[in-house]
Amino acid sequence: MDAATFMASPVGLLAILAIALFVHEPWRWLGLYVGNSLPAGSEVFEVVRFMATALVAGLVMRLVLFPAGALENVGLAVRLTALIAGIALFFAFRRHLGIGVFGAAAVLVAGQLITQ
Amino acid sequence: MATAAPRWAHVTTQGHAYRNGIFDCLSIPGFILLSTAAGFGALARDAGFSLLNAVTMMATFYALPAQVVMVDQLARGGSVLAGTFSVLITAIRMLPMVVAIMPQLQAPRRDLWRQTLAVHGVAVTGWIEGMRRLPAVPSHVKLSYFLGLGGGLVGVTVLGTIIGFEAAGSLPPLLSAVLLFLTPIYFLLSMLATIRGVSEALPVVFGCALGPVFFLVAPGLDLLLTAVIGGGAAYAIARFRRSAAGQGGGT
Repeated sequence: MDAATFMASPVGLLAILAIALFVHEPWRWLGLYVGNSLPAGSEVFEVVRFMATALVAGLVMRLVLFPAGALENVGLAVRLTALIAGIALFFAFRRHLGIGVFGAAAVLVAGQLITQ
Repeated sequence: MATAAPRWAHVTTQGHAYRNGIFDCLSIPGFILLSTAAGFGALARDAGFSLLNAVTMMATFYALPAQVVMVDQLARGGSVLAGTFSVLITAIRMLPMVVAIMPQLQAPRRDLWRQTLAVHGVAVTGWIEGMRRLPAVPSHVKLSYFLGLGGGLVGVTVLGTIIGFEAAGSLPPLLSAVLLFLTPIYFLLSMLATIRGVSEALPVVFGCALGPVFFLVAPGLDLLLTAVIGGGAAYAIARFRRSAAGQGGGT
């Protein structure tokens, strides 16, 4: 199946359902099984949790440094400045998620308008 | 529960707890998730998705990193099989998140069917909100509450995807860029929100540092390498710090 078929056809819809059910959701079911049967605090899950966190962090930087779509048109310096400003605002306002996220977005808009 | 918040004092029915869960989606995390899902809708449209396929992916995966990785790879000309493999790798992070929340998702009598539905609501937002709010919920209605919260959040993401998808074409390019930017900043700050201490910060720092390097060196395998090497190294250091602290006889 090519990408275009997957993204915008009824066959692609079935493929999405199949991947969700047989590739993605089983990890949740496995977590359910393990969580119901084993005592918490096993070192194995600490390792996996660290790996999962590093993976998402890597994804964050990939999306910021090598974006696809409209974000490509915003300069790298503006993207990085907005990211750092979001982190700074987040911690300055006692880890307030809304202020961090929308503050970063505001800095991105301001930076793009200034540098354009 | 003696310490239950006042709002839980008179909650005796499962239906009431379920509605409380849905109601709690009308919150700042819910609004951010709506915006983030709108970012996914815009990204999916950019990549060439139909609205139905994008919404279906949102509701059935209900895990933005996996969705973004797959859409991103397809948009860059990658194969469906390679994208599926990325989903498999990315979804592994569901395992520890679900395990961690399971003590809060117990019913008086084990109810596998409702637990199976409930764990679908475990993604970054549902997990953070669940871990934060469930301890105050009376134990006999915890599972019902989280079914409401998780189901409500899935609904929020579907609504957000539709809004983002429909608005993407007509929005100014700068606003589209902002929508796409909300996703990574939200993920990063959500992770930072749960960090307590240096050791917890290590996987975030290592992932941020190594992710771009592996993307340039080994695109396609970059996230797996970042997870195993970055996360593994972070764990090794955290473990060393813990045992060093233990030998010091200190705290």
